Amino acid sequence: MTALNIIKAINAGLRRSMESDAKVLVMGEDVGKLGGVFRVTDGLQKDFGEDRVIDTPLAESGIIGTAVGLALRGYRPVCEIQFDGFVFPGYDQIVNQVAKMHFRSGGRLRLPIVIRIPYGGSIGAVEHHSESPEATFVHIPGLKVVTCSNPVDAYWMIQQAIALDDPVVFFEPKRRYYEKAEVDVDGEPDLPLESARVALPGTDATVAAYGPMVKTCLDAAAAAADDGRSLEVIDLRSLSPLDLRAVYDSVRRTGRLVVVHEAHRTLGVGAEVAARVTEECFYSLEAPVQRVTGYDTPYPPARVEEEYLPDLDRVLDAVDRTFAY
Amino acid sequence: MTVETAAGATPPEPELVQLLTPEGQRVPHERYDALIADITGDDIRSMYRDLVLGRRVDGEAVALQRQGELGLWASLLGQEAAQVGSARALRAQDHVFPTYREHAVALCRGVDPVRLLALFRGVDQGSWDTDESRFHLYTIVIGAQTLHATGYAMGVQRDGAIGTGDPERDTAVIAYFGDGATSQGDVNEAFIWASVTNAPVVFFCQNNQWAISEPLERQTRVPLYRRAAGFGFPGVRVDGNDVLACLAVSREALQRARDGEGPTLVEAFTYRMGAHTTTDDPTRYRLNAELEHWKLKDPIERVKAYMVRGDLADQAFFDGVEQEAEELAVHLRAACRALPDPTPTSIFDHVYVEPTPDLVAQREAMSTYLDSFAEEVAR
Repeated sequence: MTALNIIKAINAGLRRSMESDAKVLVMGEDVGKLGGVFRVTDGLQKDFGEDRVIDTPLAESGIIGTAVGLALRGYRPVCEIQFDGFVFPGYDQIVNQVAKMHFRSGGRLRLPIVIRIPYGGSIGAVEHHSESPEATFVHIPGLKVVTCSNPVDAYWMIQQAIALDDPVVFFEPKRRYYEKAEVDVDGEPDLPLESARVALPGTDATVAAYGPMVKTCLDAAAAAADDGRSLEVIDLRSLSPLDLRAVYDSVRRTGRLVVVHEAHRTLGVGAEVAARVTEECFYSLEAPVQRVTGYDTPYPPARVEEEYLPDLDRVLDAVDRTFAY
Repeated sequence: MTVETAAGATPPEPELVQLLTPEGQRVPHERYDALIADITGDDIRSMYRDLVLGRRVDGEAVALQRQGELGLWASLLGQEAAQVGSARALRAQDHVFPTYREHAVALCRGVDPVRLLALFRGVDQGSWDTDESRFHLYTIVIGAQTLHATGYAMGVQRDGAIGTGDPERDTAVIAYFGDGATSQGDVNEAFIWASVTNAPVVFFCQNNQWAISEPLERQTRVPLYRRAAGFGFPGVRVDGNDVLACLAVSREALQRARDGEGPTLVEAFTYRMGAHTTTDDPTRYRLNAELEHWKLKDPIERVKAYMVRGDLADQAFFDGVEQEAEELAVHLRAACRALPDPTPTSIFDHVYVEPTPDLVAQREAMSTYLDSFAEEVAR
């Protein structure tokens, strides 16, 4: 077992993938000597060379577009987008080219590209550094979208994403980057990439979350337990495809569901979860599905971001509403 | 508003590499003669054939669209020499990243034109074998493929497939795009990437003077080939209606790439003699006199004149090519109409490498829904 935070876990996962497959490349702004602005790629260029860890020019469309060409040549590029809000200059290449190439070629071409995006708020940053654009990728067929919430998942999921022949958008919860856990780096992953996980079993209500909000919900569950209420927390992990089997199982037992994410409310992942749970668990529901999300405003100035973001109290408030219904 | 050039000076007419005048006269060129010194009469005849067949594929496709057999077609009329000249400069191992108008390049790379028709008929979105032809799929978002070409060229670099001196190993990549695309961010990013990585890529811009209805002046205030200087690699303007000049200039640029000397921008100065696509109406935005002017520079007529003048071909040869074009046209018409529609549920086949549970369920739902109508009909 090795104690790793999420940054070091992803770094270790990248390193392992690069060791086992010489076609794996890392590319992005400042990923070389600097090791990335969050140091996720720290030391990789020194060990794998400038041909495999590429400091790119400062242009996100160029990062993704050249990754397409490299992938067509047989490489497996892992692209770093420096911050969530900066993915949009590359959005055209992701949506129009990366997502569709396998489909439009009738299955002949594959683009095994991973696009890593540190996302989410609560870090006191300026604009475009705290956003949660995951739903805008979940909406695009052809992309897989996953997000880790802890070092163990970070270590395995990045390797699983790189090994996949489909393009993957890999969201990293930047406010949780420094959360530590013991990781069995020589073991085996206990779950396939595209599956949810019960983070905390419970009996009274179900709380589904992903990425940075999993910890918030676990904290909420601990507080609820003090009040004698048992919450089951589910870490969705894979947002596309969305694996809701664990959520359905849970809701059939609890009859109550709260979905939590930092991203805006309207047409967010929570809306899709609510719709599907209504389709699958209609007779089990004791209350309407509640959503605890960022508000439908642009991401606000940092001094009010804690009021914008879901927190423990807002999660518990929503749980209360499912019981009051 | 009239746009004044700096200090009111008239910019000097940019040098345009030309080896064959519109009248079919071979003119010497100090730099580029050597690059086509090996070209024989057979080569000229073979290029003439590609030009004629390319134009014929295009003409048939326009006709098929008019008959309702294709949803759309983007005509290459007038750009045959730029396409054939550059494509004939490629080696088997080189890779091509086209727009959606490179039909004559496709032909030169051995892509069955029926595959091009299938795309514009709406049967598929690109079904040719890109490994075999090394002619990648058509790209419709303007300029996006220049980045793919550059990334591909970076892969070639990493594979050590440049600068070895082995003519069968050293590999170049060529990206096709138009004058309108030069305004796109992606094209400018591709120029930067290629420049700083010294990638083995040739940027082949067919400046056909029009981006749908917008003339070149809406895209640039300097000749396009001069943009290369700002990015730090050579740029050259070639008579895009001169197949020999396009061949020579492309050969030089591609060899630079294969030798590891980096990118080149080629601006093939040509003219879109047809509409942007079959849905466009150029009479709304350009004068017929302009088209008439360019007709005098027709890329095929000048080769024919050159061949006749130099006794490189007799009437039997020209008749033979015409006959071959006619046979190709008959084949295309029949093959296009015979293309089967995809089955509706096939849309689920290749969204991902393995179908996801959601897509399996949606496919079943579509199947059940469609089958319910079949049962009604049966009743």
